[in-house]
Amino acid sequence: MNGIAYHAERPFAAPHAHGGGKIGRAMLFVQLALVPATLFGFWLYGWPAFFLWAITLLSVLVFEFLSLRLMGKKQAERTLFDGSALLTGWLLAMTLPPWSPWWIGMLGAFIAIVIGKQVFGGLGQNVFNPAMVARVALLISFPLQLTTWVMPMPLASTLIPGVVDGLHITLGQTPLPDAMTSASLLGYAKTELSRGVDLAQALAAAHAPQISWLGVRAGSLGESSALLLLLGGLFLLATRVIRWQAPVGVLAGVLLPALLAHALAPEKYLGVESHLLSGAVMLGAFFIATDYVTSPTTGMGQLVFGLGVGLMTWVIRTLGGYPEGVAFAILFMNALTPLIDRYIRPRILGRTRSGKPVSPLSGADRAKKGA
Amino acid sequence: MSTPFRTLVKDGLWNNNVVFAQMLALCPSMAVTTSGTNGLGMGLATTAVLVVSNVLVALIRGVVSQEVRIPVFIVLIASLVTIVDMALNAWLHDLYKVLGLFIALIVVNCAILGRAEAFASKNGVWPSLVDGLAMGIGFTFALTVIGLIRECLGSGTLFAQASQLLGANFAFLEIRLHDHGGALLMILPPGAFAVLGFLLAGKRLLDARLEARRKTAAAIDTAPVEA
Repeated sequence: MNGIAYHAERPFAAPHAHGGGKIGRAMLFVQLALVPATLFGFWLYGWPAFFLWAITLLSVLVFEFLSLRLMGKKQAERTLFDGSALLTGWLLAMTLPPWSPWWIGMLGAFIAIVIGKQVFGGLGQNVFNPAMVARVALLISFPLQLTTWVMPMPLASTLIPGVVDGLHITLGQTPLPDAMTSASLLGYAKTELSRGVDLAQALAAAHAPQISWLGVRAGSLGESSALLLLLGGLFLLATRVIRWQAPVGVLAGVLLPALLAHALAPEKYLGVESHLLSGAVMLGAFFIATDYVTSPTTGMGQLVFGLGVGLMTWVIRTLGGYPEGVAFAILFMNALTPLIDRYIRPRILGRTRSGKPVSPLSGADRAKKGA
Repeated sequence: MSTPFRTLVKDGLWNNNVVFAQMLALCPSMAVTTSGTNGLGMGLATTAVLVVSNVLVALIRGVVSQEVRIPVFIVLIASLVTIVDMALNAWLHDLYKVLGLFIALIVVNCAILGRAEAFASKNGVWPSLVDGLAMGIGFTFALTVIGLIRECLGSGTLFAQASQLLGANFAFLEIRLHDHGGALLMILPPGAFAVLGFLLAGKRLLDARLEARRKTAAAIDTAPVEA
């Protein structure tokens, strides 16, 4: 895997120059960017959230190690700690309901690493984003556990379970009382719409946009605080770990249809703010749609990819059976990535976009003519 | 040219298994195998058609000219499938309701035409009979294994409703493993692909191990004996 220049301005033809980037560095930066939102999530949902996160990350490492050993890969230890598996686990943990039982995290880790990644040949070979594969597989297999969202109970409040109680919840020994669970905004809107209540009434007070920015609401770690995730995303952009095309594409892809539909029929369609700030849009835009392996190579391709993800997300949320569609949308566009890469290709060095060779004199000629 | 029956049986059951080696008939292998019973029923129905079609093709192979052999085989297989379809509907109606459409689809099961074309049209009646039986049992084995794994992971039972297929005497096969339900995904199509993939990988791994062991054994046998 060495020799891939992650920090090149754009893909270029041989001879390549190594930008000095390494997989481990990129993965480390993404994990750093996830830290604020994760810590906030721990504070919001207490010890069970932390235990689930820890179990998922640990299982991911175990399954990665076992797969590498089974496949007889040399230097299994080095590949193990390049951070890619850890990041997959982290992203998966951020999309799970924080009070899920331990086996959800462990099974998710198995699906992500073994079925989502290693079966295809390991890092760089997988067609679909492993974390999203696991998330969707879990959602379809265990709809009840994956839609049980707990109310936020900041660590300061008296309701919050202590370390031992938290462990019991994660180990599945304490069933969650109904009073502690609540629907996420998107789920709530879907239910109300299907009951025939229009959104203007349904969303009067409970879901103001300020709450969405701060994130004190029911949800997974990766959807509670839009602001902290956005900060993480901007950090990644600033350090040039990711490029702007995919995130902008996703946000625009959700924003445009939401704007139009809400303007036409506000009682039937959620507003722009609700769409952008709830669910996994922020996490998906900055952390998942920017996955190097499963998104297109070129900037233009990434823009198309992002727009597709955003549009599909809105379509699934609005017309589909599930209240949230980011994971499905990303898997769908992952499948289209080879096609996008086929039609939108990088310019070959020394050739124009149409493939004609660039004459070495043409630049000088133009300069002469201009003068 | 005659192949020993032993080889025919080995090929059908394992080495040249319809699903695990030839990778044929994958449509019924994945669509029907939501439970062990469904897999078994589909496998048995296919076996019945396969054996009779192999025998009939071997019988008429001298009469049918090369140019029209495929249409003739298809007509033959289609008639047999229709008979099986009606027989199941009459005598095993509950199973018929489960397998339903897929029985009629045995016609387009490439394994059957494949055996007619590749084996029965070139061999005598007895080898064709053995081949059909071995291939059919191999197919049944594959479908039952896939079905059992999916059923176990997806709904937590083994051989549910087996008594409907095999009669009340076989009710002891029906096992309830746990009451937690299961991963719905395993009953859905992705589960079939995943299970088949892992089984294929497992078979190849096993074959590679056996091959390696055989080679070492051969090397030891041929090694010069020290005095």
